[in-house]
Amino acid sequence: MGEVLVLVDEVDGTVKKSTTELLTAARRIGDPAAVWVGPGISDAAIATLGEFGATKVYVADSEDLAKHPVAPAAEVLAQLMGEAAPVAVLVPSTADGKETAARLAIKAGAGIITDAVDLAADGDRVVATQSVFGGSTIVHSAVTHGVPIITVRGNAIAPEAAPATAARQDVTVTLSDSARKATVTGHTAAVKGGRPDLAEAQVVVSGGRGVGSADGFSVIEALADTLGAAVGASRAATDAGWYPHQFQVGQTGKTVSPQLYIANGISGAIQHRAGMQTSKTIVVVNKDPEAPIFELADYGVVGDLFAVVPQLTEEIGKRSN
Amino acid sequence: MKIAVCVKQVPDTWAEKKLREADSRLDRESADGVMNELDEYAVEEALQLIEAQGGEVVIISMGPDRASETVRKALSMGADAGIHIVDDALGGSDAVATSAVIAAAIDGRDFDLVIFGSESTDARMSVVPAMVAERLGWAQLTFAQKVEVSGSDVTIERVTENGFATVTAATPAVVSVVEKINEPRYPSFKGIMAAKKKPVDTLSVADLGLDAAAVGAAAAWSAVNDFAARPPKAAGTIVTDEGDGGVKVAEYLTTQKFI
Repeated sequence: MGEVLVLVDEVDGTVKKSTTELLTAARRIGDPAAVWVGPGISDAAIATLGEFGATKVYVADSEDLAKHPVAPAAEVLAQLMGEAAPVAVLVPSTADGKETAARLAIKAGAGIITDAVDLAADGDRVVATQSVFGGSTIVHSAVTHGVPIITVRGNAIAPEAAPATAARQDVTVTLSDSARKATVTGHTAAVKGGRPDLAEAQVVVSGGRGVGSADGFSVIEALADTLGAAVGASRAATDAGWYPHQFQVGQTGKTVSPQLYIANGISGAIQHRAGMQTSKTIVVVNKDPEAPIFELADYGVVGDLFAVVPQLTEEIGKRSN
Repeated sequence: MKIAVCVKQVPDTWAEKKLREADSRLDRESADGVMNELDEYAVEEALQLIEAQGGEVVIISMGPDRASETVRKALSMGADAGIHIVDDALGGSDAVATSAVIAAAIDGRDFDLVIFGSESTDARMSVVPAMVAERLGWAQLTFAQKVEVSGSDVTIERVTENGFATVTAATPAVVSVVEKINEPRYPSFKGIMAAKKKPVDTLSVADLGLDAAAVGAAAAWSAVNDFAARPPKAAGTIVTDEGDGGVKVAEYLTTQKFI
């Protein structure tokens, strides 16, 4: 089996879970070789990469690479594609990852597939599974020209350990002038609210048109806080100004796939369903029994959310004690 | 300052999307075509920059005949001129080919900035702005929640997973914007009337100096093998609230081990 390059995603030197997912996916199509771009690699990071099956870790460890967004990682990968002749390149489906893959596709003259949720080998082809249109359609596709460059969506593949000994191999890269054209001059951390991040939360509690007002969202927030959940809102609620746009779940907002999604006063227009229908368990509270959101419900209550939700919040409080 | 804004006509986001059985391509006919929503923010950002500093905004769109509606909409918001790239050879183009066409339309027209929405609601790849930057060799300033131009310096706030990075470069640069950046204006009646008289160049693939055989479905570097609708979900339990709805949900959540 050939080598599969896996671009490592890390935060402060710690390998992210998404990278262990990519290494797991890489083993389905070849032998994973991790690629670390930037400063701060440690023995612990190399050990983690090995634990999930990387037999090699290419390290381009230079401060200079972190000063410029996206383009340096694409240049490191392009150089390795030339030297290591991999059978595929896997990149996380983050903004940085997708753009790195984009630039690499142009540099390498290769096709690109984004947001794969699974990978399989079919002869000498790599077949990617994608879940499109908000999860309503499952697509199998393949790159037909060049070495496949595939971005893999987070939380789609369960990481499985497969211990290997990862050998470090240093890579020297000279960045092109065009990769240095944009320069990062600083980082600003977002002010963290008390609630988990919407995109990463295990539980999301959302409100829609039925919430009726900005004040009404206090009921939604109270339930969310009892469950340690993130708060979401439908387009109708954010457009009405009841809740900030950054919490919108849907086609024009965030796509979420939590373990539990509780939709309150949301009718379930395609705009909203596209952002949440791959949630594992869906609970619906809506006074309209005809609301299309009930089609997605694992458990639904036809009733007034202002009666049902506070009672639920109270009951969870009792049961948690 | 001369700014290009790339816009795409997409199926209405409120409509159900599906792939066509015959060629595994998005069925664009069954839904109304609208301007990709994030592109409205790109148009708005360009207009605000021009209003503050003077200059010209040119709309670029690649798409079939009816995509001219989307170009007109951007003109009615206040852009000055349009370039509509329309050619039967373009149908089914992948992102790689699309980026080649757009880069060819930008190259040599003296733009200081080209602004995109950071993704389209149909393909949702978020790759074309980075591909265009790579092709043109311009600075890439993408996923911006804020754009500031001072002389020939452009500084953006790039949205990251835990906040934002400040990124700076000299023009010419490729910018993409996220929805936090502004509130797009609605076209005024006066704007709609004025848009009818604004110039729109219609260009073919050959006009851009590209080979028609290098674009379109046959030249795509990736292909759909097969697709299927997600199997429908098993029907859930639906109860009517009789004063104990909240308790019933709590019971359900307990059986599912969420509590």
